[in-house]
Amino acid sequence: MIRFERRLRQPGWLSVAVPVGSVIVAFGLMTLVLLATGHSPGHTFSRLLDTGFGSKVAINETFVSATPLLFTGLCAAVAFRMQLFNIGGEGQLYAGAILGAAAGIALGNHSGWLSVPAMIVAGAVGGAALALVPAILRAFLSTNEIITSLMLNYVAALVINYLIFDSQSYWRDTSSPTAKVFPQGKNLPEAANWPLAHVGGLYLPFGLLLGVVLAAVIWVLYTRTRFGFEVQVIGDSPRAATYAGMRTRRKILAVMALSGAVAGIGGASQDGDFRHTLDPRGLTAAGYGYAGIVIAALGRYNPFAVCLIAFLLGGLQNAGFALQGVDFPSGLVGVMQGLILFCALGGELLVRYRVRLGSRGAQRAEATA
Amino acid sequence: MPSAVELRDITKRFPGVVANDGVRFEAAEGEVHALLGENGAGKSTLSNILTGLYRPDEGEIVLWGEPVSFASPRDALDAGIGMVHQHFRLVPPFTVAENVILGDHRGEGKKFMVHPRRIERNVAELGKRYRIAVDPRARIWQLSLGEQQRVEILKALYRQARILILDEPTAVLTPQEAESLFETLRVMADEGRTVIFISHKLHEVKAVADRVTVLRDGRTIDTVDTGSATPRSLAALMVGREVSLAERVERDGEIGAPVLEVRGLWAHGDRGGDALRGVDLQVRTGEIVAIAGVAGNGQRELAETITGMRAAADGQVVVDGRPLRGGDAREAIRAGIAHVPEDRLHTGVAPSLSIASNVVLKSYRGKQVTRGPLLRLRAIRDHAASLIRRYDVRGGGPELPARQLSGGNLQKVVLAREFHGDPRVLVVASPTRGLDVAAIETVHRYLRDAASSGVGVLLISEDLDEILALADRVAVIYEGAIVGEVDAGATTVEEIGLLMAGGAG
Repeated sequence: MIRFERRLRQPGWLSVAVPVGSVIVAFGLMTLVLLATGHSPGHTFSRLLDTGFGSKVAINETFVSATPLLFTGLCAAVAFRMQLFNIGGEGQLYAGAILGAAAGIALGNHSGWLSVPAMIVAGAVGGAALALVPAILRAFLSTNEIITSLMLNYVAALVINYLIFDSQSYWRDTSSPTAKVFPQGKNLPEAANWPLAHVGGLYLPFGLLLGVVLAAVIWVLYTRTRFGFEVQVIGDSPRAATYAGMRTRRKILAVMALSGAVAGIGGASQDGDFRHTLDPRGLTAAGYGYAGIVIAALGRYNPFAVCLIAFLLGGLQNAGFALQGVDFPSGLVGVMQGLILFCALGGELLVRYRVRLGSRGAQRAEATA
Repeated sequence: MPSAVELRDITKRFPGVVANDGVRFEAAEGEVHALLGENGAGKSTLSNILTGLYRPDEGEIVLWGEPVSFASPRDALDAGIGMVHQHFRLVPPFTVAENVILGDHRGEGKKFMVHPRRIERNVAELGKRYRIAVDPRARIWQLSLGEQQRVEILKALYRQARILILDEPTAVLTPQEAESLFETLRVMADEGRTVIFISHKLHEVKAVADRVTVLRDGRTIDTVDTGSATPRSLAALMVGREVSLAERVERDGEIGAPVLEVRGLWAHGDRGGDALRGVDLQVRTGEIVAIAGVAGNGQRELAETITGMRAAADGQVVVDGRPLRGGDAREAIRAGIAHVPEDRLHTGVAPSLSIASNVVLKSYRGKQVTRGPLLRLRAIRDHAASLIRRYDVRGGGPELPARQLSGGNLQKVVLAREFHGDPRVLVVASPTRGLDVAAIETVHRYLRDAASSGVGVLLISEDLDEILALADRVAVIYEGAIVGEVDAGATTVEEIGLLMAGGAG
């Protein structure tokens, strides 16, 4: 009989050994899958690494894929740290993209550099506003925020589709020739294009830099300030927080707003950095918000770890696009990405629990004692 | 009458404690047998052994003359032992009938197809026979706690339990419901079943049981006929005057003006209802006032309401002549009320955070540890290190997560933090529960020191030895009201015990 027991202490070496082991197991499983489908594992793996991380071009592409994941990963990490399970990063990203695009369009080319900060603020406001709905319900009515924030993702997806496909909204392009054939968003004005840093052959999107700065700010906020101290206490023991006279409700509102704002800036970055229009199809197909939850979990809610993991997963995603072709179906790419995630998350279990084989009687008595 | 169950020299050890130390217990067929003892006397461990949850380290369980050994709770169930726990094990969305067959692997519950009508009929018949009125089709969440308890009893009867153990069954009942429970228990005993009734309420034991076995400190003290016992004699057996761990010590310092006044305080309990019903209290500077009472008579709510963790429904808490708005722990802390809570691990500290973080749990806004919005982590660590030295906290440094400390050292951390805030009033709840003798002495010394330095101490405890060793005055709480107040120097355990049991002799 196999049983899982919670580890009382987590030895330090495990946090290195388990991820490494997980990756090895994942590649082992992938080898089996590739052999079974008649592909060469060695060739596939080297292409996977090359197209994800192997050249400057590949890394530039990986930066593009990693940027939104960084924001949604931080969004989840910020809330999960206080045991506040904001699953709504997806919808909050859409809300940020909607308001970010509106700000960019509204300012046109008249305000010069002001467009970029205005889009950031608008995106943050959009994401925060959407996140405040589950926050208020949770703080005042004890509603489960997992469900409310998840449901709002569908609402946000319907809204963003409605704006472009089912209405003559402010965001929709109605004049250009292509727009007559297929509904699309207005192109953002020149001033709304976010700058691109060029360092030694690498192109760093402005959103990526902003995300890394945000990660550092969040780290300081959570480990060095009174606000972060309260978040830690509330996350660990709400009763202890009440006992110490902390205002738990306000903290719920603030943390959810912060979490939503981060995702919202990610949405604005999609407008400004990459898509240069409000793009419902592209955004809803990508599923950045849900990937962010996985990233936050893998990074154990540490903002810097989230940066690293967003980069790695971005590379994996990006390599996936490059791998698929005539002889390599996209489903197989999905299987490979799934295996890596499955092993990484499964490995997490081993850090927190130990596996025991054997009978239960005597040990159970110990466990209950 | 033939003996139904016999426990011979049962010993069960847990790390650091001997929960049962050679316990002997015997109950006959057709009797209601009470198991009486204070918290931590070993009652729960004993019932867990009898129901197969724990295995004894030493000793023997004998049922109807046959020695048995239980590998799991299911073995005990199959042997005819049923248990009604203090916290019910029912599935709220299921009906009464469904809950009754849940886990039954011999009768209706074993079949793949469930016949709800037939089960409902059986359950209804059972209910009629034992005067347990419950609608078999009702869903658990719709039922009151008293009704849920009846379902638990039905469950045991349905599984043909011949020995039924009830763990403090009246804790969740109104007096009327308790009466009807006693009636049911009598019917069961008259049929030849054995009822083991765990309690620490003397008048109930007297009302329902044929015999009483008294446990104290994990040992069997005596088994007596209830007919020949009085609440007075039972209280003496239960509390045990001769084993007084704590000695009464005279303190320095003078008792001064009132510092904490509680006026006509009412508060709701967690399950609704009035947990406090007009409490009046006064604590003066330099004085230790104890609140004695059986668990669950409003002590927790009293501590929480005074310290602002719970809003008062009516009445006032006054510190140094200034009334508090109430319902706000931060306000109470500012007014100088320090609080050592009953649940030190989850309320008194944030268990996963470091000792350093927990030391500043209430003072993290203060000037000493902050610079603008930033925390001065080094100052916090130094402060924690100095408190660890001063209060002799053993087991680790400032960075150690609080949960890894032993109970006594954890309590020292809580006390260190609460004393350091220069309190006017100190509310301490069960400060030594679960601690070893050395730690108890230390905690008592700190409490005496606090009083000597002019703090008004309100000590809430179920341990009468502790109360008599520390307190100047003792107020007894019963069902949310103070039913009597005595001078600790001139009272006896018996006198307090009688007040605790509801006043009547």
